[in-house]
Amino acid sequence: MRYMSLYKPGKESDAPPTAEEIATMGRLIDEMTKAGVLIATDGLQSSKKGARVKISNGTFTVTDGPFTETKELVAGFAILNASSKEEAIELTKRFLSVVGEGECEVRAMHEAPALAS
Amino acid sequence: MTATDTHRAIDAVWRIESPRLIAGLARIVRDIGAAEDLAQDALVAALEQWPESGIPRNPGAWLMGTAKHRAIDLLRRKTMLERKHGELGYELESQQRDAAPDLDASLDDDVGDDLLRLVFTACHPVLSTEARVALTLRLLGGLTTDEIARAYLVSEPTIAQRIVRAKRTLAEKQVPFDVPRGTERAVRLSSVLEVIYLIFNEGYSATAGDDLMRPALCEDALRLARILAELAPQESEVHGLAALLEIQASRSRARVGPSGEPIVLFDQNRALWDRLLIRRGLAALERAEALGGPRGPYALQAAITACHARARTPDGTDWNRIVSLYDELARLIPSPVVELNRAVAVSMAHGPQAGLEIVEELTEEPSLRRYHLLPTVRGDLLAKLGRTDEARAEFERAASLTRNARERELLLQRARKSEV
Repeated sequence: MRYMSLYKPGKESDAPPTAEEIATMGRLIDEMTKAGVLIATDGLQSSKKGARVKISNGTFTVTDGPFTETKELVAGFAILNASSKEEAIELTKRFLSVVGEGECEVRAMHEAPALAS
Repeated sequence: MTATDTHRAIDAVWRIESPRLIAGLARIVRDIGAAEDLAQDALVAALEQWPESGIPRNPGAWLMGTAKHRAIDLLRRKTMLERKHGELGYELESQQRDAAPDLDASLDDDVGDDLLRLVFTACHPVLSTEARVALTLRLLGGLTTDEIARAYLVSEPTIAQRIVRAKRTLAEKQVPFDVPRGTERAVRLSSVLEVIYLIFNEGYSATAGDDLMRPALCEDALRLARILAELAPQESEVHGLAALLEIQASRSRARVGPSGEPIVLFDQNRALWDRLLIRRGLAALERAEALGGPRGPYALQAAITACHARARTPDGTDWNRIVSLYDELARLIPSPVVELNRAVAVSMAHGPQAGLEIVEELTEEPSLRRYHLLPTVRGDLLAKLGRTDEARAEFERAASLTRNARERELLLQRARKSEV
């Protein structure tokens, strides 16, 4: 099964990651790649550079960032190949240990009918 | 967290940690059977303690620490016993002294080398193919015997027996826990690649049972290929295999219809192909090709699969390139199956008659006598040439040869279509 782990730091910071943070995260990504479980991952830039696009009653509304309610803001994601939800949780814990703060939403991805084991 | 939750979490930790744990222990005790027993003991300890104490912050280190203590005990007992027997007393004692710092180092060492040793040992040619597959899934995939048994539709005792016997054989034949070097390495590596490819194929085109695919096996094989690609990054064939599996897996959701029937490549809805896996596959192929040197069979097959992956529509397929890749593959590993595939490519590039001429050469081939794809391809080409009666007979013959229920249905359907 594939799971997506969505990272929500709970706050938004414009400060770029330190060299040490980059190195620690690099080691984790390297380790998870070597374990064959990390399929894809990326981080998102500040919501200042983003927008919200809504449709309601057929009308679009576009709101430019930054967004003030930062609690639910997604800052990055990882697509994991895990044999169970528990394994995806366990892998997510390793990520959170490295970032130290925030929460992840772990969601099973839709698979092909044949892949839904 | 309930006890059941904790047990599930422990299963997950086991799946993640057991390969590294077993690999590290095997280096210490030089016996993968003993290493697995030690790892299992640590797991039992975790099952006893973690429901009470909670899961430790670093469960891998906890398991390794626990297993390490037991490994030291085991080595001590072994030394005592050997000394009692008056054999090699001094030597073993000094070995044990050497082993102690080694044990500590094993936690910090790059585990890559140990894992690579474990891969090569589990896929050692002294073992039967079946045994290699079971041992690899168990030791490197972290699967339980029950999971392996279910994947292969055999009983759990059968798999358990197979694994026990495999470990005994490795011990009896004194197979060293090592990465082979020199000329032996190429032969041994191809055994490893073969095992992973077999696992994938059993999942991708189940040879038995009612379902066309057993996706969990495909995922296990993909995971193994991805692990191996990082363990042996200098081996172009490893990336070739990874590329081949990623691209083949990218078609999973397009190759089975709503009622479980197989859909052939040209009829697949390419929008359903998994772009992420295709991208990973093409990247792996690039890594293989960037290493230079002559292309091996897996890299070549991956290059062929990549031609399909790059084509947004069947009409956009570069058949001439595929034919030339098959020519290269046929020179490298001449086999009737490769020839049959080449025939299909030639028929697409130069018309059904050209393809049929190659197929006709194969009808006397003893190794293809019971291979359902030969009459399938022949039937297909005959149908394209308007020779419907002959085509029908071929599809019926193919249906009688396949062991997969879904495939049989499809072939009988094509036979019926040939009647009109």
